[in-house]
Amino acid sequence: MSKLPQFAWSSRVLHWLMAVALLTMLCIGAAMVASLGQYRLLVAIHRPLGALILVLALIRLVNRKLQPLPPFLATMSARERVIATASERLMYALMFLLPLVGWAMLSAARVPVRLGPLVLPPILPHSVLLYTLLRRSHTVLAYLLFFTFMAHLSAVLFHTLVLRDGLLSRMLPWSPRGRARNLRSAQDREHDAEYDAEDRG
Amino acid sequence: MATSHTGSGARARLALVVAIVLSVGAGFLYVGGWFSPRQLTPARLVDTFERVNGPHPGFRRNHAKGVSISGYFEANGAGVRLSKASVFRPGRVEVVGRFALAGGLPYAGDSAATVRSMALLFALPNGEEWRTGMNNIPVFVVKTPEAFNEQLIALAADPATKKPNPERASAFFAKHPETARAIALIKAQAPTSGFADSTYNSLNAFELSDGDGRLTPVRWAMVPLQEPAPPAAPTGVAPGANFLFDALTARLTQGALRWRLVLTIGQPGDSTSDATLAWPESRERVDVGTLTIDHVEGEATGVARTINFDPLVLPNGIAGSDDPLLSARSAAYSQSFTRRAGEPVAASAVTTPSVEKGSQP
Repeated sequence: MSKLPQFAWSSRVLHWLMAVALLTMLCIGAAMVASLGQYRLLVAIHRPLGALILVLALIRLVNRKLQPLPPFLATMSARERVIATASERLMYALMFLLPLVGWAMLSAARVPVRLGPLVLPPILPHSVLLYTLLRRSHTVLAYLLFFTFMAHLSAVLFHTLVLRDGLLSRMLPWSPRGRARNLRSAQDREHDAEYDAEDRG
Repeated sequence: MATSHTGSGARARLALVVAIVLSVGAGFLYVGGWFSPRQLTPARLVDTFERVNGPHPGFRRNHAKGVSISGYFEANGAGVRLSKASVFRPGRVEVVGRFALAGGLPYAGDSAATVRSMALLFALPNGEEWRTGMNNIPVFVVKTPEAFNEQLIALAADPATKKPNPERASAFFAKHPETARAIALIKAQAPTSGFADSTYNSLNAFELSDGDGRLTPVRWAMVPLQEPAPPAAPTGVAPGANFLFDALTARLTQGALRWRLVLTIGQPGDSTSDATLAWPESRERVDVGTLTIDHVEGEATGVARTINFDPLVLPNGIAGSDDPLLSARSAAYSQSFTRRAGEPVAASAVTTPSVEKGSQP
């Protein structure tokens, strides 16, 4: 029985840290713009967490360049591989862009970003026009991240629960026991084709 | 093979995937408030201002009529024992700010009875800032943002009579006796002649922390060094639409204006969460320094229009209290700021050119 190839240990840890941070952040962002009572608390978490995500994104990018990737599963079509690669790049871009746009937007609004006793230096001059553009961008990019995450979640769940090809186990923080499910029969792949047909239908 | 991909088993697993994804989506919509259409949000509170006052793009949704001011604050060091905030250490920091009249009408005529506000931004070392918005009333009229929203609607002018509907107003006061009590306290204190001789109160409580982590609840006020005078008696000549702002400019041409920053120390039992309640007169007051305003300027050129005087932009050593109005003010100011930042800017009512202390008008 073949040992299922996994992402590097550091990649898996960073993936899940970032997943928790980003999902928390998306929820806080959505809740804070709709809340009067919890706004103060949520902003007090949102800004330092944004700074943390930016640092984490940098570490993750370095790790991504250093660690080899496991090969794609046979269950992923050529088109699916292209989409997976593109969405990975998009998510990396958003991990940098969202905190940077948030920081820039507050700089343009002349709002000091305090992290405990420290204040981040502004990265843009005071300009309400820039603030307006960046504030809107921050929302648009956050929705884009949310929809990309939803697509990512759907794809992983489909592979793991419906195709049962063990896709998720490649990223699990622990090593799965040897029940590798990526050895698949031709019969299985025919049924996958049926699903593809249904999706397109 | 038991785990085949055929038939009802695979369909059930696919349904599970769809259910998980939809649940995550629904959870996100839930935290974003999509399933709570009746809950008051920053957007809905600001919508109420826009509905009651009409659209005034480019202006603040409340305290719409104002001017930009600047000067400096000199701390005397007396606040250091209460707070580690650098603003209390002896020395001088630059201040920009805004004098304004409460209400969402940027072109309303001045009236001595309208609530006056002083908003300040203390530019502190290392990029820290202290922003505060204060009013010339001793207590605030409501204790929650929901009550504030209700009050805006209840006391809005009826389009037919141009006055508040008395039935709606009395229903509001019956539901909110704390507002009726607060208004009695406010009415007991006659307004002074203008911006220069008004006392401006923080209304909300804050929490100071010293170097040892000791916390002190405070409210603060800017107490004028200009001798308070009653409003000018009617002269038979109708006062100009901007007479309060004009008088401010005229006084500044004669010399700088000064206020003492006074901290009132709360004692156990003094409410920090209810801005409608006054603290006893006997509470210790600490004079921590002097504010000097030596410059006034219309909003077209002044910087105040592009600043959000968010009361929760605070330096290390000053924090908000448990008053729910603080979080709500921060949220609603941000909403108002974001809306007006994206709108075309119309000329402000008060177009004072840049005036320094002692300069000739």
